[in-house]
Amino acid sequence: MNQYPAWKYALILVILLIGGLYALPNMFGDDPALQITSARGFPITPSLETAIEERLASEKIAFKSKEQSGNRMLYRFNSTEDQIKASSVLREALGDTYVVALNLAHATPAWLRAMGGKPMTLGLDLQGGVHFLMQVDMDTARGQQLDRFVDDLRAALRDEQVRYVSVRREGNGLVLLLRSSEDRARALEIIRADQSLQGLIVEEMEGGEYFGLTATVQEQQLIELQQTALKQNITTLRNRVNEIGVAEPIIQQQGADRVVVQLPGMQDTVEAKKIIGATATLEYRAVDETNDAFTAAQTGRVPPESRLYNDMNGQPLLLSKRLIVSGDQLIGASSGFDQQTGQPQVSVTLDGVGAKRMLDFTRDNVGNRMAVVYIEQKPGGRRTEEVISVAVVREPFGKRFQTTGLDSMSEASQLALLLRAGALAAPMEIVEERTVGPSLGKYNVEQGFKSVVIGFLLVLVFMAVYYRVFGMIANLALAANVFLLVALLSMLGATLTMPGIAGIVLTVGMAVDANVLIFERIREELRAGNTPQASIRAGYDKAFSTIADANITTLIAAFVLFLFGTGPVKGFAVTLSLGIVTSMFTAIMGTRAVVNLIYGGKKRVAKLSI
Amino acid sequence: MKFLNKRPTFKFMSRRRLAYAGSLALMALSVVVLATRGLNFGLDFTGGTLIEVSFPRDADIDLVRTNLGEAGLGDAVVQTFGEASDIVVRVPPRGEEESSADLSTVVLQALQQGVEGEVVMRRVEFVGPQVGDELAEQGILAVVYALIGIFLYVMMRFQWRFSAGAVASLVHDVVITMGVLSLLQMEFDLTVVAALLALIGYSLNDTIVVFDRIRENFPRMRKSTPVEVIDASINQTLSRTIMTGLTTLLVLVALYIFGGEIIHAFAFTLIFGIVIGTYSSIWVASAISLELGVSKFDLLQVEKEGSGTPVDSQP
Repeated sequence: MNQYPAWKYALILVILLIGGLYALPNMFGDDPALQITSARGFPITPSLETAIEERLASEKIAFKSKEQSGNRMLYRFNSTEDQIKASSVLREALGDTYVVALNLAHATPAWLRAMGGKPMTLGLDLQGGVHFLMQVDMDTARGQQLDRFVDDLRAALRDEQVRYVSVRREGNGLVLLLRSSEDRARALEIIRADQSLQGLIVEEMEGGEYFGLTATVQEQQLIELQQTALKQNITTLRNRVNEIGVAEPIIQQQGADRVVVQLPGMQDTVEAKKIIGATATLEYRAVDETNDAFTAAQTGRVPPESRLYNDMNGQPLLLSKRLIVSGDQLIGASSGFDQQTGQPQVSVTLDGVGAKRMLDFTRDNVGNRMAVVYIEQKPGGRRTEEVISVAVVREPFGKRFQTTGLDSMSEASQLALLLRAGALAAPMEIVEERTVGPSLGKYNVEQGFKSVVIGFLLVLVFMAVYYRVFGMIANLALAANVFLLVALLSMLGATLTMPGIAGIVLTVGMAVDANVLIFERIREELRAGNTPQASIRAGYDKAFSTIADANITTLIAAFVLFLFGTGPVKGFAVTLSLGIVTSMFTAIMGTRAVVNLIYGGKKRVAKLSI
Repeated sequence: MKFLNKRPTFKFMSRRRLAYAGSLALMALSVVVLATRGLNFGLDFTGGTLIEVSFPRDADIDLVRTNLGEAGLGDAVVQTFGEASDIVVRVPPRGEEESSADLSTVVLQALQQGVEGEVVMRRVEFVGPQVGDELAEQGILAVVYALIGIFLYVMMRFQWRFSAGAVASLVHDVVITMGVLSLLQMEFDLTVVAALLALIGYSLNDTIVVFDRIRENFPRMRKSTPVEVIDASINQTLSRTIMTGLTTLLVLVALYIFGGEIIHAFAFTLIFGIVIGTYSSIWVASAISLELGVSKFDLLQVEKEGSGTPVDSQP
């Protein structure tokens, strides 16, 4: 009477099997591991492997297994102590060129991994770590770009020997004042012809004492600038995070001007904050050699074209306000030794625009000094400027140059790190930070797990007592539902957070609703005097539209939650909605299949255990 | 086992005037409480810095306050968190703020003074004031959009009178729950907003089940008045309402007791919300649609039983 066609049973079985398979990786836990990657994209060579293993053997640290994927080498250890010990040993041995990161590698067996099986990723609140939301200061980025236009325009006019009264920034554009209409016409030609001044809309300005031009930056260009600035910041952040050595960092754009940085499992949070929190840019500026810095510092009278700084030793230093190159034109900086003298040095590479500007400057300034100002943006809008390097220009240079005269190798690598860190297009500010210590993470996992298990058991007992055999069937479905939900979350690579666990718990509570609806209907039909078989069929049929309506409205709420929620709240929305979908399958199709298997074949069923 | 052995025949709708009075009084009270006491907004909305630390032994709150005061953090609020050895320090947002990294270090050092053993940092949260405003705005928008989406869906599947009843009951639930949160000064953070939306989902679930039965019963009970039909529908679904409410409450109580401090406000909001949501499905949602004049003519054109196709609500 109540029979499913064979394919339906098969389908249910297949889905359950796949679900079980992909839920399985969550059973194996993690191995403490070390991940070794090259800082600059060098391959991991067999000789490096041998070196690592010999070093570990000499320190009597045993490792469990190793694996290589691309430029990444992973060593698994038996205990966290071994892992920590090995990391300090290897960090010392491998130095700057390779990054050694602490990692928790999933202990999923290889055959499961080959099928794409992986456990759920634990959110920061469950495994500990740091989360930052950073906002890019777009006003400053725009200001910098306009300043660059001002400089380029001045340089272009000077090259063509057009005399001007002034060039300055005004609002979102530039104002250029000239003495004659001929000059103005020539200036117009120069602006239109100059490659670096493209993107300016130039108009003649009427009235006033001088012959003026106004130039505004095209809106499109500004938007592009912002996007480039953001992308560059993300790239720089990624590099910086790689230098800390975090296993699976997340660095993503959020909205128009924000970046999310997540460093899961980060144990040394203070260190992370130091490197991430101190968002920075840098500027190369000429040292003002015509005025005396000491007098300026004493009298407080600073020449208008200069600003007063202190150098690394605290001595006063006058720097020209004119910017040579800023951080966003810096492509790379690395520390090393000068091949002739053996002295530590930092090699710097600039992009095309930066190279041209650097060449223009150094050609006229051999023998003069040049300084690097490192600008740090701290949370709350505070800004510090610090001179990190002052060096004499020995000869004209452009794209590549070396800074020498550094005291030690560690000073060189520190400078290189700061230079790389300062290669940001625009300053960033931390607008949100969440740090979870590893102990709290562990505690949260335990609490979450405990509440899921207890809540689940309570519901199981309650259902079994209330609906007897049918209750047991519903319990089977409930268990299958949790498995399927975990499998789905694992397959989708979703991140499990504490609110996500709350979503699972709530799903357990609400998933039985479908079965309650069905079973109450069956009871009603029985009370109305229908035969057991007819009651089963009617119960399932009549309850269906109710279940669908009720669940779809809940899905609407969950969907809205997903759209508007951030971070952990999104996790709750995801588990809740997936749970609703899987529960529709298990509570309707799953229980029906079991009910059919038990009662369906019999011609006459005297009584239902419901 | 059965809660209700015979089919109950409560006359719910005859008491609806009383329910209106009760609901209106509760809502008015909630609004008054919300207006006077306000919500105890969490860090997500106020901005500022929160630091949770764990002491090796029970924390000496007075010592903690003295130490913080000496460190120049006299405006910090100190509370125990769950266990007596855990405390939370909240520092309000400042204009010229130190970086939160520095702040948490300062707090940790201050707390360590005069304590044997290590004070462990468990959690640091810093939310800039600007982000706080945005999160608040998104929270409000989320609730509003959820209500609009639900109104449209119910209107499509049933009829506008039901829609209005459903949304009225949801607003009722949210307002009263927020009133209770305000009265108890429970911390109102993003997880509570999530709980409010889950509550909307749950309460609606309940309402839809009753509506579904009303729709089914109207053509069957042609001789009955709308009041009788609605009463019968509520009675027929009553044991399901109780049963689902109980299982959901069971898991939520487990979450409240075992889920740790961080999930307390969430679990509490839902526990209260489910009680009020169950009540409102009966006395607010159904009653309001009755007041708006739901009649068999609205739902006369009925689909084949159980086929689940939408019912057109044209009379």
